[in-house]
Amino acid sequence: MRIDIRHVAAALRRHRLATFLIGLQIALACAVLCNALFLLTGRLQLMKMPSGIDEQNLVVVSLQGTGGDLGRDTLLRVKQALRGIADVASVSMTNAVPFTQQAGEIGFRSVLDDPSYNQQGHFYVADNDFIRTVGVRLADGRWLGDDEATSSQSFLPISPSVLMSRSYAQRIWPGKPSLGQVFFADGVQRRVVGLIDDLARPNPEPSALHNTVLITGSNVLGQVFVLRTAAPSRDRVLRQALDAVAHVAPEVVVDLDYSGTLSDLRGRYFASNRAMAGMLCGIIAAMLLVTALGIVGLASFWVQQRRRQIGIRRAIGARRSDILGYFQTENFLIVTGGIAVGMVMAFALNIALMKLYEVPRLPLAYLPWGAVVLWVLGQLAVLGPAIRAARVPPVVATRSV
Amino acid sequence: MLGYYWSLAMRSMWRSRVLTALMVMAIGLGIGASMTMLTVLHVMSGDPLPGRSHLLFYPHLDPLPLKYSSPAEYNASDNLTWPDAMALLSAHRATRQAAMAGGEVLVREPLQDGSPFRVEGRYTTADFFAMFGVPFAAGEGWSADDDAARAHVVVLSTELARRLFGDRNPLGRTVRLEDADFRVVGVIANWEPEPLFYADSVSRAFGKSDAFFLPLGAAVDLKLSGNGNFSGWGRSDDESTRMISPTTSWLQFWVQLDNATSVAAYRQFLVDYSAQQQALGRFERPASSARLDTLAQRLEHQHLVPGDVRLQLWLALSFLVVCVLNIVALLLAKFLRRSGELSVRRALGARRRDIFMQLGTEALVIGVLGGMLGLLLAQAGLWSVRQRPDDYAQLASMDASMLATTFALSVVACLFAGFVPAWRASRVPPALQMKQL
Repeated sequence: MRIDIRHVAAALRRHRLATFLIGLQIALACAVLCNALFLLTGRLQLMKMPSGIDEQNLVVVSLQGTGGDLGRDTLLRVKQALRGIADVASVSMTNAVPFTQQAGEIGFRSVLDDPSYNQQGHFYVADNDFIRTVGVRLADGRWLGDDEATSSQSFLPISPSVLMSRSYAQRIWPGKPSLGQVFFADGVQRRVVGLIDDLARPNPEPSALHNTVLITGSNVLGQVFVLRTAAPSRDRVLRQALDAVAHVAPEVVVDLDYSGTLSDLRGRYFASNRAMAGMLCGIIAAMLLVTALGIVGLASFWVQQRRRQIGIRRAIGARRSDILGYFQTENFLIVTGGIAVGMVMAFALNIALMKLYEVPRLPLAYLPWGAVVLWVLGQLAVLGPAIRAARVPPVVATRSV
Repeated sequence: MLGYYWSLAMRSMWRSRVLTALMVMAIGLGIGASMTMLTVLHVMSGDPLPGRSHLLFYPHLDPLPLKYSSPAEYNASDNLTWPDAMALLSAHRATRQAAMAGGEVLVREPLQDGSPFRVEGRYTTADFFAMFGVPFAAGEGWSADDDAARAHVVVLSTELARRLFGDRNPLGRTVRLEDADFRVVGVIANWEPEPLFYADSVSRAFGKSDAFFLPLGAAVDLKLSGNGNFSGWGRSDDESTRMISPTTSWLQFWVQLDNATSVAAYRQFLVDYSAQQQALGRFERPASSARLDTLAQRLEHQHLVPGDVRLQLWLALSFLVVCVLNIVALLLAKFLRRSGELSVRRALGARRRDIFMQLGTEALVIGVLGGMLGLLLAQAGLWSVRQRPDDYAQLASMDASMLATTFALSVVACLFAGFVPAWRASRVPPALQMKQL
């Protein structure tokens, strides 16, 4: 194709204001697009975050009230009944699992001689069936032994041995071996005897995903029962579990909001995130639509304005593809200019968002994506008007107006 | 003259139907998205107690040790400790004052159908009802004497009263909460402040109201469970003593002050109290850290509007800006295309101002049409917000003021968008264009 960019640019200079405005629109769209894409991927990633447990095979039944109100006898009766359901491999009583209500958030001290609670994390307090039931994976160190499930006096069991999420331990004691570190929680000095592959909090959010500690006790009064079964039978196991609770302990109330298969619970937990992701998709789509409309509108107008010139060019030998190429090149120049400004604006917007909200820094990798999307969009939007321009017959040149 | 411009605008818009439709659609989308989010923000930052909120204040004391650093999400000194709350309560320096905390109890009796259930409500003191102007359907609140006696009395919401007693008169009847009997002394009429401003900042603020109210003293006696934040900084606190510990904050406290003098006096009282506690060695931080927030400041401080909502508002507004820019470019192209027509008008004696007005009218018409489309889209947007699982979702609907704002925003955006193109077109020199005709 014989398109001289200098000619296209010279023509654009005759429409400085309109070119500037459409370029500015593309720049702004680019800035918002990059940030919206970035926020969207953040949300989608959060929704996919690993919980560290064997989600496919777990069913959860939560009771209302704290374990203490329900009484240990009742809880044990419930556990016994749940274990009797067909295809249930094991049952554990705990204060929480990922995506149920947060139940063990406490502050603790990793610097022993400092009176302030400098750390805060979620303590999973469970009986010693927990580890094999939920299927956490040991990364380093050792499991808790059955004899380490001790009785509790107040909040936590008095046993000093705990398991900790690996990334959490690395954050508390950076650059030091995490195994064997000690901290002070609920009046007892604790020791990290094992590191587990990151176990999610009950209520994971971007700023706190895996700050969890696992401790086992012998007289746990948890209100959450977690059942291990095989994925195909989990719906049936859930129904039978609810029936079983109603049968053996008619006085307790099941908290249906936090009961279900673990996949259900994950879905419910991230429902609000899904809504936000939907909203971001909507904004992205609407932004692209409006930008495309603007390009179509302006290009159509320019085509109409230049009908005569197009006719002259065709009359003196330009082919249809030349005319098509001309408008496409013109669009490419405008969009490229817009993108160049838009990338700077994208970073400015990101910095503003970082200051106001907990938004991480925009990675550079999003910029080329935003650029590609806008280039393609621009070319598609201009295609219609450009084809119409290419159809202008050379004879137009011979008519006056 | 405006009528003439109006018909000119109509003609011109009809001539370029597609372009007009594009512009109306762009402004409609921008307005629709922005108004959806502005409405959500508007309903979330509404006045929870119209007519009364300017009299309500929230005292702040800072009993934390110097070395204590609070977690990022909330400050441990946002709530009061039991001894401080009791001291402020018995000092009686405000017209009315009440301490309170949210709690959850198991209702055991009477039950119409089957199993016990848990409800959320508030442990508070006598002035609560008068101070917040809570309307009663039957009976009344309890007295300061009941507070002192830690009496087992309870005020129920209409809904809970109906659930427990059906159509029978609940007054004087007994409710068994956890392991204690409470006598029903009042039933409140429908009362749902949005947001639930007096609650702890960690609890749900929207779409929730209290099902029962009972004396704080009784709740502490019975160690009923609180569902707010308990922040402790002492070494010896545990579950059993935290409610009355001088080093655990968990109580909210509100005062009613009727004029500026009493506000100033109360502020001074708080500083004096802190100074006195400091002298006693209990407070470590300077007495000047005591403060008195207005209700609006307290709401601001609680960050009731989630970051997500603000973020969405920003995105929607930037989208509106993109739409407006889009319209500026399109209008400019459209107006300049009519240079010939405009130059004839100019040559026939129309002033620049007239041209400007004529084109401005056209922008205005687009604004009105876009406003109507935007209104429809905003209703659709609000409907989709109401489908969200968040606590504020149910509130999202437009009132008259937001309807008016929608139109105003659309018209202003379009006039703004029309300004540069109209100005530019009114500068077209008549002679040059005439020659080209």
